[in-house]
Formats: sequence, C-alpha cells, structure tokens
Amino acid sequence: MSRVLMRGNEAIAEAAIRSGLKCYFCYPITPQGEMVEYMARELPKRGGVFLQAESEVAAINMVYGAAAAGVRTMTSSSSPGISLKQEGISYIAMARLPCVIVNMMRGGPGLGNIAPAQGDYFQATKGGGHGDYRLIVLAPSTVPEAAELVRLAFDLSDKYRVPAMLLADGMIGQMMEPVELPEPVDPDRIPPRPWAVTGARGRPKNVVSSFDLEPEGLREMNLVLQETYREIERNEVRWEEVETGDAELLLVAYGTVGRIAKTVVRLAREEGLPVGLFRPITLWPFPYEPLRMLAEKVGTVLTVELSAGQMWEDVRLAVEGRAETPFYGELGGVVPSPKRILEEVRKYVG
Amino acid sequence: MEKGIVFAGFGGQGILLAGKVLARAGMNRGLEVTWLPSYGPEMRGGTANCTVVIADFPIGSPVVDCPDALVAMNAPSLDKFEERVAEGGIIVANSSLVKRPVKRGDVRAIPIPANDIAAELGNPRVINMVALGALVRALGVVSLEEIQRAMEEELHGKGRDKLIELNREALRRGFSEAEKYLS
Repeated sequence: MSRVLMRGNEAIAEAAIRSGLKCYFCYPITPQGEMVEYMARELPKRGGVFLQAESEVAAINMVYGAAAAGVRTMTSSSSPGISLKQEGISYIAMARLPCVIVNMMRGGPGLGNIAPAQGDYFQATKGGGHGDYRLIVLAPSTVPEAAELVRLAFDLSDKYRVPAMLLADGMIGQMMEPVELPEPVDPDRIPPRPWAVTGARGRPKNVVSSFDLEPEGLREMNLVLQETYREIERNEVRWEEVETGDAELLLVAYGTVGRIAKTVVRLAREEGLPVGLFRPITLWPFPYEPLRMLAEKVGTVLTVELSAGQMWEDVRLAVEGRAETPFYGELGGVVPSPKRILEEVRKYVG
Repeated sequence: MEKGIVFAGFGGQGILLAGKVLARAGMNRGLEVTWLPSYGPEMRGGTANCTVVIADFPIGSPVVDCPDALVAMNAPSLDKFEERVAEGGIIVANSSLVKRPVKRGDVRAIPIPANDIAAELGNPRVINMVALGALVRALGVVSLEEIQRAMEEELHGKGRDKLIELNREALRRGFSEAEKYLS
C-alpha cells in the first residue's frame, strides 16, 4: 500500500473517517485546527455529519447524543477545550456510550500557549470529570501510529462501551510523516448497538441514562463500570520496549517524548551506555506489570515528560522501590532535544 | 544515514513548502522522513522555520540538535542557526538578503542570490525553490529530477499547475548555482 505524506491532524481525521465515523462535532482550537478543516471538507462528502458547535460544551453533548443514537462519533480539541468537555465526558462514561475524544495537548495551565506539552496526563487517566470513571487512553508517538490508534480507539470503545481518548500533542498534530492509512472499515464489522435509542416501534424501549436517584441502583451502575475497567486492565495493556534486554537505565516516556527517547537510546548505545526505553502506548490502562518486571533488572528508571511529573506517579507505583526513579521534565511547551535528555541519562549511567 | 535540515526565513518566503518538497522527495525514494514546522502565531513577515529529517531507518526525534544543513533565507535566520550546524555541514544562505559571509570555517558555505535569480526568472516567489535546488545539490540525498518531481506533486491540482515549469527552472538554477562551490 502506498504511503502518503500527511500532518498528524489530517491523518487522524482520515483514519477516523475510514473507521466508520458518522458524526464529528467540534469547536476550533490550535494546535488541532487542521483536523477540523479536514473533517469540514471530507466528512460530509463521505456520508457523515460535520458540525462546528457554538462551544466545546455543546460539542461534547452532541457526541453524547450521537453515541446514544448508535453511530460512531468523535470530537477533538486541545487542552483548554478538553477541560470544558469534562462534564460531558463524565456523563458519557456513566451512560456507557462509545465515542472517541482527541486531545492535542498544548502548554498550560490556563490559556497557556500552543506549543507541545503533556500536562493533561492526570486529566486523561485519572478522571478529569466527576465520579469514578476511566477513559481508555491511547498515546501515539508518530503520525502513522496516530492513524493506527484512532482505529483501535473506535474498536476498543465499541467493545467495552467506554469512551476512548487519543492523547497526543501539538507536535504530532502539526508534523508530517509518511502514513499508510488503514483500509476503510466494513460497516458490517462495526459491532451492533442493541442498546441504542433508534426509535422503539416494535421493540421494548431503550433508555440511555447516567443517573439513578436510588443509591443502591447507582451503586449497581458503578459496579458495572468497575467490572468493565478490570476487564480492560486485564486485556488491553499495550507498550513498546526498545533495547531493554541488557539495559541498566530504563527511560520511560510516551508520545512525542517517547520517539525523541528512541534517538536518545541510539546515541547512548553509540557511547556504550546500556540504556533502554519503555514506552507506554495505553496510558490507561497503564502497563504497571511489564514495567515492574523490567524494574527488577535495571538500576534506574528515568521518567521523561513534558509535565511536572504526572506519569512519573504511575511509574513509581509500578516500580515500588525496585529501582531508583529519577525524573526529568520540561514545562510550558519546551521540547527537549535528544542531547538534552542524554545529559540527564549520563547523570545515572556511565 | 540520517540527515537533519533546517529551513528558516521570513513568513511568506515559502520555507514550509521547501521543506515539504524535500520531505516528499525523500519519501518517494523510499526513505523515512519527518517534517516539523515551527507553528507559533507567526504571520507573513514574521519568522518561520521547519525541520526535515531524512533517514534510511525509522526516525526517532524530529527535533534536531545540530542540523547537517541549514537553509537561511534571511539574516536573522543565519544569526539564529549558524552556530548549531554540525561540523562539516552545509549552509545555504540567501546572499540577496544576507549581506555578511558565513562565519563558521568548518562548514560548506553556499551563498545563493535567491532573490536575484528569482527576479531573473520573472517571479520573486520562487526564491524557495532556488534555495532548495542549491541545497539538494550540496546534500546529495535526492537528485534534481527527484526534487522536481516532488515539487510537481506538491503543486499539482491546487490551482498552481501553471507555476510548475517556473519552479522546475528555479530548482535547476539553484542546483547549478551550487556547483560553483562544490567542485
């Protein structure tokens, strides 16, 4: 299959359309504007609905409605816009509806800036909205991987009826790489939605709801969610390892930093430094167990993030004292170069 | 093989397009490429730059510490990036606007009067292709024909087909201009 040169934002949009996306709702924000543009141009031509809402709050509630009606639906935004969507995401999670949310993270907190950052890890993996819920969180580190994970996000979201988030950053959104786009999905392969509200003529009515005034009833709804989350934790953990076999220092990094860290590993190995990389692909469920096993073998687990240490908390939960767990982070949209990260590495090995 | 190239200049000088054409030529050749723009709130007249990486193995970082080549379309760009260029690297400087020589003695400096050549060709907008042609000659990763074909693909069908011939010529002029400094 031929490769096309595409921006991350465009590749995600195209992959979503090929994954059977029917309804896309958005409110524009940098650095994911090209996704909105692409959807506006392409989705209506290909049998879908593109709607630019009056606000992020409206957009996520339109996703709630479209998901309840049984179609593949998606919204995208960047950090401040994703904050605005949190209430709706919590409702969708409790209503057990599948959908895909794309967050092209930028510098924060507040209005911040439009440079790449990873400061929304807590928001994505630990809740963000109110209540006991989880999102399936997938973190691509390249443009082709972003296209691939969009398809997976739709599939997993359908399979478990849990909203999925693609968590990337402005760099992945803005940069171009050759992409092999996925084949358009066969509509018959999209799982049926017997629970959808599609008009009840001739069958008992379906109800999609995120509430129950009776505590016992609400507890039952919560227990169903928790059971689903345990199943996802058992089945869907994904990660990549690079040169971990004989590593004495293990880098842990995801997304944009994950790919920069691959260059760091190469440079370190050229100097004879035994450095490897552990790159979580699912941020939730976090790959605690495989990281724990590697931590047994290495002396140091160095976490590198574009945040003040959000994923670092999960790394330490995984390692549980089996290795040293130093941290290096950049803030405000600053992206460290391979050499800068290598300087950190040299503090602990060689 | 892995080459990192920085294109820098004023917004409106076609910096991002020049980088895209190079990335496309690399991809067409079956190589791995990344194209990373600076995407600040910059408008025509502000500064713009992009980084292209071309390699024959999967690319890790699209961020480059020490580029193997720099295309500096104006003086501030040369000031900003000259020190970072790798030893033995290439600096293509638009000598129509950059009035000082390259200071570094350990790089190959290729002054190209891109604005003057573009004016001779009758369209000041092709300065980017003149500079790209010179870079391609010095870099040696893709051929003149390959970069011309990538440019055609990039311009084709976007209402710019009538500009293809002019851009082919601009690439060729830049390419042969660089000969002078490489023999």
